[in-house]
Amino acid sequence: MPRIVVDVMPKPEILDPQGKAIVGALPRLGFTAFSSVRQGKRFELTVDGEVTEEILEQARNAASTMLSNPVIEDVVNVEVLAEDAEAE
Amino acid sequence: MSETPLIADLGAPENAPLSDAKIGVVTFPGTLDDRDAARAVRLAGATPVPLWHADTDPAALRGVDAVVIPGGFSYGDYLRAGAIARFAPLMAKIVDAANSIDKLPVLGICNGFQILTEAHLLPGSMVKNDHLKFICRDQTLRVENNHTAWTNEYREGQEITIVLKNQDGQYVADEKTLDALEAEGRVAFRYVGWNPNGSRRGIAGITNTAGNVVGLMPHPEHAVEPGFGPLDANGTYSTDGLGFFASVLSTLVGESK
Repeated sequence: MPRIVVDVMPKPEILDPQGKAIVGALPRLGFTAFSSVRQGKRFELTVDGEVTEEILEQARNAASTMLSNPVIEDVVNVEVLAEDAEAE
Repeated sequence: MSETPLIADLGAPENAPLSDAKIGVVTFPGTLDDRDAARAVRLAGATPVPLWHADTDPAALRGVDAVVIPGGFSYGDYLRAGAIARFAPLMAKIVDAANSIDKLPVLGICNGFQILTEAHLLPGSMVKNDHLKFICRDQTLRVENNHTAWTNEYREGQEITIVLKNQDGQYVADEKTLDALEAEGRVAFRYVGWNPNGSRRGIAGITNTAGNVVGLMPHPEHAVEPGFGPLDANGTYSTDGLGFFASVLSTLVGESK
């Protein structure tokens, strides 16, 4: 069944304490190439049947009203997951 | 809502002149502090009325004169703190009543504050504490605005000590919103001594423009009776939280005059 992916990231100007904790821990494991980490969220919305433009619009509305808070987060991506990605 | 008396004599408020004032206390799945909030309402001399988040009855607000949205972890803080609770059927009624000409007084404590920001009754939002840890301590606050429905029994600049306990307590908003809050005197409380969670400009609580909606991260309902609250600077038990509930009763009495 098709899925719609919604990606949400903390706004650039908001301190991301989770990302900060991760970037502090990475060098301890020898991963020294990364100067910054920001942690976001990925939602997968499964659709029974075909993804119409109307359903995609519903997903965009859900992303902006409930899945994210515009004060602290940005919706950076809403897209239908490619079929071949599902077959994996 | 019946409660087991601990030490305090809960009989006294029965005769209090304001015992007919009804303060609603909302319970969501995951709410923790509804019983303490109801107890604080009773100790202040009013009658607590339990309200249920999923109540779709047109009279779901049960004719209450004010509403407290208590602390806890509604819906496990999943998605974001307060994000799912905000869409409860009862919240739509509370938002309408708060914005109506009657200006229903609404107090959001901790998770209740987070719910009020998610519901857009108050600006800004809360993110994880800057030090990443859950924190539980006695916290001193300064009352910056004593003209709200929930703070009028305090003196302006009064320092009060109540409990702070949260993980997502860092208040954030954009600079324009923060400047507007400061200019309009809508910062209700500021942390004193240190900033326990990295909140912008040390903000512990804010109010809406009308002053009927107030939200704060610390817990006034845990500092309402001797023997159970935090210790204040003099080493005595603080009952500084009672002022919130006394204030709203003053507000209600003022309106009925």
